[in-house]
Amino acid sequence: MMSAVKRTGTTAFLVRRGLAGVVTLLVASVLIFAATEILPGDIASAVLGRNATPEALAEVRAQLGLDASLPSRYLDWLGGFVTGDLGDSAAGLAAGADSAPIWEQISEPIRNTLILAGITIALLVPLSIVLGVLAATRVGRTVDHAVSTLTLVAISLPEFVIGSLLVLVFFVQLDVLPPVALVRPGENPLAQPRELVLPALTLLATSLAWTTRLVRAAMVEALASEHVEQARLNGFSERRVVWRYGLRNALAPTVQVFAQAVQYLVGGVILTEVIFSYNGLGKELVDAVVVRDVRAVQSMAMLIAVAYIVINILADLLVVLLVPRLRTAAS
Amino acid sequence: MSDAPAIRVEGLRIERADGVAIVDGVSFAVAPGEVLGIVGESGSGKTTTALALLGHAGRGLRIAAGTVEAGGQRVTGDRALRGRVISYVPQDPGSALDPTLRVGSALEHMLRAHRPERLTPAAIAAALEGASLPADATFRRRYPHQLSGGQQQRCAIAVALVCEPPVMILDEPTTGLDVVTQARILDEIDRLRRERGVAMVYVSHDLGVVARIADRVAVMYAGRIVEEGPTAAVLQRPRHAYTRGLVASIPDHGAPRRLRGMAGVGAAPGESPDGCAFVPRCPLAVPACSASVPPLAEVEPGRRSACLRAAEVPAPDVAEARAIAPTGGASLLVVDDLVARHGATTVVHGISFAIGRGECVALVGESGSGKTTTARAIAGLHEPAAGRITLDGDDLAGRARRRTPAQRRRIQIVFQNPTDALHPRQRVIDQVARPARVLRGLDGRAARAEATRLMELVRLSDRLYERFPRELSGGERQRVGIARALAAGPDLVICDEITSALDVSVQASVLELLVELQGALDVALLLITHDLGVVASVADRVLVLEAGQIREEGRVDKVLEMPEHPYTRRLLDAAPSLSAAVAGSG
Repeated sequence: MMSAVKRTGTTAFLVRRGLAGVVTLLVASVLIFAATEILPGDIASAVLGRNATPEALAEVRAQLGLDASLPSRYLDWLGGFVTGDLGDSAAGLAAGADSAPIWEQISEPIRNTLILAGITIALLVPLSIVLGVLAATRVGRTVDHAVSTLTLVAISLPEFVIGSLLVLVFFVQLDVLPPVALVRPGENPLAQPRELVLPALTLLATSLAWTTRLVRAAMVEALASEHVEQARLNGFSERRVVWRYGLRNALAPTVQVFAQAVQYLVGGVILTEVIFSYNGLGKELVDAVVVRDVRAVQSMAMLIAVAYIVINILADLLVVLLVPRLRTAAS
Repeated sequence: MSDAPAIRVEGLRIERADGVAIVDGVSFAVAPGEVLGIVGESGSGKTTTALALLGHAGRGLRIAAGTVEAGGQRVTGDRALRGRVISYVPQDPGSALDPTLRVGSALEHMLRAHRPERLTPAAIAAALEGASLPADATFRRRYPHQLSGGQQQRCAIAVALVCEPPVMILDEPTTGLDVVTQARILDEIDRLRRERGVAMVYVSHDLGVVARIADRVAVMYAGRIVEEGPTAAVLQRPRHAYTRGLVASIPDHGAPRRLRGMAGVGAAPGESPDGCAFVPRCPLAVPACSASVPPLAEVEPGRRSACLRAAEVPAPDVAEARAIAPTGGASLLVVDDLVARHGATTVVHGISFAIGRGECVALVGESGSGKTTTARAIAGLHEPAAGRITLDGDDLAGRARRRTPAQRRRIQIVFQNPTDALHPRQRVIDQVARPARVLRGLDGRAARAEATRLMELVRLSDRLYERFPRELSGGERQRVGIARALAAGPDLVICDEITSALDVSVQASVLELLVELQGALDVALLLITHDLGVVASVADRVLVLEAGQIREEGRVDKVLEMPEHPYTRRLLDAAPSLSAAVAGSG
């Protein structure tokens, strides 16, 4: 895919990747719709519970538009999604409300997730670069071993273990930070910054490990290249050799791994949100699944898919910008 | 030339972590405007020495002793002097130039780091012009991948030049370039040292190139300088047995002759700590040579040699003429109007030629001339777009797998890189036996017997038969490749640059072997090469290929002595020739 970029330039690359992204999303929409429709049970039975008589079920289903044919429901959902109307939450309607727009229901969790992801990324990128470079410039020495071992431990531990450990240390033992990040509806999580510390640290610990290891690997490779050797022979200081000549060439391969980290973070970090009772997209998604609010699940899954595709395109674009060979034609 | 040397090296010793010296006792001085050539084969320590001149030791190495003084300052350990007092032009600028730096920025970085007061567009333009590059804004905004190989090398020279250091180290700066570009770069290097009085150390494995550019030459073997002196004198009348062997190994289109390879392979570091490392290969060796390391001593004014029998080294036998087989016999293979493409690009534009039985035909041309594609088409590895190839009058299919087993047996190919062309996990005897079994239908025992016979024929020592390719040297691997091709009992062997990855002394013995085998087995050879010296040494007839078309064709002596096509003349003028360089400077 990258090699084709050479001839056509950055704009054409973006157009082509954009079109491919749209096709991917269409396929994803079919899969999401099909997968959620196949799930046993529906909102009607979930709402009615033990009161579910066939007549009551049929009535609720008709009320919620669940009796229409599959293709027509798919087209209705997709058309709404594309035009920015995610529709009404079946759970809200079933509870008796006249209208319960899904967007209103999920916009706050999305914002909360983005805030937490943003904080984590802002710390993740510089930290993993610094640690990766430190380890790469000291291959086989104490710092390298320390970084490698610690990151390996962090990779091996699931986030609920890390989260619980952090709570144990910072709340139970030291009592300096709150163990939960309860964001009440209508409230901005940034108003309680202390509450965000432990969730952000948990996410950081889980993603920092692999980004650091990949930065290290890319940096080791860059530092072994002939042009870095030549930079030394040209008499540049070691610091400049590492940070300008080494890191500059190690960035392109690390962009992809940072992109994956961002995708992971905005895609709703379910476990972390649940541990800290944080009202984010992941938690909202779980709630919607529990009540069989199929339409809300579909819309959230689709939004996450859009985010993945957009991040992928941006990452590829960044790589193209970082590697002159990919954006300028050879003469 | 002034008396004060621009660079003076004293007692340089570079060790591996285990204390074994890679380079030892290296001392020399170079005056302003003078070029010292350091020649040696792989493993001689020449590049390690070149890097140490800037105070740099590669991974796992350290400079254990010695001093380097450049421009009156001690270089060892002071990185800030690099670029300003002494600069380095790398072997492969394609990978040594930072791919993310524009030409202009690379030069700016140098000035900002070493001569910030001179960081002006004029200084950058001057450096570009000094390296014969355009200095306009468009060119300065180019990235390395947008430059040709020659431009990349000029760009590396401009970077080395921009801070106007009094000393430049050039490490095989023309090795990856075609001969015409190489000749231009050499002219430019020569102009720089004359106009700017830069002292240069020019490291190369290519004696022809060094003869052309260097005033004095230092010959390295196994980490030591074994002989040093004025270039023409050293090459005409070597005072060390190794130098003599090296000169006799060099194929020279200016003086075609039988090549004489050196026995054995280059010594590894630390192999002979107590004596002359060349003893195992030396025809003149006496017991005293192994008793202690012979010192590099003055043998006549301006000449030093580390050979105990320096006075007895005979002059290289350059007069021994070679036989050229008569051409025009029955045709074995006929190529008729061959067209070959790579994707949408046509690389071979309808060429026609014939190869007679037992004839050695060379196909010469620069990279991109289509010579390898032609070879691959004949071997059935590249399907031609149009044209016919016939073997004894029978049409050959475009792909080897659609040819009959007999046809496949009769055409064999030996590849450029023996390391890639051999199976890494199979013993070499089995690899040689396989074609005899598969293509000639011999049973296992007979095939192994045949393999043994052929490996003896290519002079592989019998202790190597059961080894794996990685346990063999490059020259030995290429002999395995040749034996494997012969095991099929071919009528035509295509040799695609088979010696270009080898050291000259090894190349000479492989070429020597090829000529012998051709005579003994009556095999026709198609030699693909860019090296006119190789052509002159072994071919009967030559085809000159340029841009996918045959420019000239004829008996090798005729074409090389009286080339008719301007392209052939250009190639000949550009190709380094030891005899021409020595005659020119003498």
